[in-house]
Amino acid sequence: MVTTQKNIFIFFMVLISALLLIPDTIYGDNGKKEALIQAPPPPFSEDIFPCTECHSEMEPNPERRVLEDMHDDIILKHDEKNRWCLDCHDLKNRDKLHLANGKLIDFTESYKLCGQCHGPKLREWKNGVHGKRTGYWNGKKKYLLCAHCHNPHSPKFKKMKPDPAPDDPMKGRK
Amino acid sequence: MSNNKIKEKKESRRTFLKKTALASTFATLAACGSDTSWDEFFQKNFKTLENDDKNKIIERLEKKYTEKYGKKFTVSGKDPIDDTLFGYGLDISRCIGCRKCVYACVEENNQSRDPQIHWITVLEMAKDKGVDLFHSNSDYDRELVPDDDHFYFPVACQQCENPPCTKVCPVEATWKEKDGIVVVDYNWCIGCRLCMAACPYGARHFNWSEPDIPKDEVNPETHYYGNRPRYKGVVEKCTFCVQRVREGLYPSCVEICPVGARKFGNLLDPDSEIRYILKHKRVLVLKEELNTQPKFYYFY
Repeated sequence: MVTTQKNIFIFFMVLISALLLIPDTIYGDNGKKEALIQAPPPPFSEDIFPCTECHSEMEPNPERRVLEDMHDDIILKHDEKNRWCLDCHDLKNRDKLHLANGKLIDFTESYKLCGQCHGPKLREWKNGVHGKRTGYWNGKKKYLLCAHCHNPHSPKFKKMKPDPAPDDPMKGRK
Repeated sequence: MSNNKIKEKKESRRTFLKKTALASTFATLAACGSDTSWDEFFQKNFKTLENDDKNKIIERLEKKYTEKYGKKFTVSGKDPIDDTLFGYGLDISRCIGCRKCVYACVEENNQSRDPQIHWITVLEMAKDKGVDLFHSNSDYDRELVPDDDHFYFPVACQQCENPPCTKVCPVEATWKEKDGIVVVDYNWCIGCRLCMAACPYGARHFNWSEPDIPKDEVNPETHYYGNRPRYKGVVEKCTFCVQRVREGLYPSCVEICPVGARKFGNLLDPDSEIRYILKHKRVLVLKEELNTQPKFYYFY
């Protein structure tokens, strides 16, 4: 009898740990779990991650200020009047982001952070309408995170040079 | 004039006619180009053939293209996937007019570089005029896009459910497949260009000369109705990348779009992205009044 209970206990422990290992999956409104694979997160600037490499030896400073010695290349153009670094980056755990309720999240889950303000966009992104998916229309799709396309510090799309205009249809016949 | 002489004359005329007939036959065959084989010249309409005959044609084409381009070519004859009707969505509020799709399409689908053929035309439209084809411009050449006063409207084949182009073809060289893709049999097309006149979207293009595709850029993964190299004197058009979508892949314009404005999926699957768009977004089709019933949906 004891062995049976033990077996059941072990079974559930294995099941729970297996569930914990399943990566976070996004669901569409239809509730259908699609074969979605997250693209590798966008690269950080060189030698900048993990942030704790430098920050672990520094005294955290929660005071809102303009950064001067480091990260001065980041110009915030994202509701900069009301926000600053520590609204998204965590003061205590520098390698994480935090939601408005204080919950820590990884950089790979940044869409949860963005979705706090951009709710309708998050909904459309989850349904594959906003943003970009590649791969199979009837199978495995690779999806991109918000930060793949939008610089979180300055999310507006930058203008780009268009590819060449088509040839004049009268080319060679004038 | 003696009887003998008349006989001689009659014989010589007959011989002359015989010779002329023979000569013209050979001349016709020769005029079809030195790379046209007997089998190719007498090939029947592809869609009417049994699988055995189709496979023979495909084998012949693969050999021919492999020799011509020095790369291992595959020509697929894959039939439509069951219960599939393809639909396309394009978010005109996202498109920035960068023309990345135009050139990705050229490379994927082996369009001629010179004379240039583009299956996608990106139209630039003034924001204060709205969707207005008359005032649109396809050869905008700006330093940077998108321009603040304009929006962009890419047009390719609309894969109509009620296509005017297939109805006018005098030889049935173009038709709508079960999965909704309008295709052309390049070997059956006679190049009369009636379909081009019938298409209200300017989506069909004519090979005025032998297509020029650089050997190092040619895409050897092809489909008979899709991106296999075409001939001089035939019409071609967008096929939603039939060689990709019948394998389950997205069309190459969807894959390249840097802003994710292009969407694609199965209209018969209620959970597909394209059905979500039709249900939740503001959708328009181009030249709705013509009742062509495009399966290319613009939304915003």
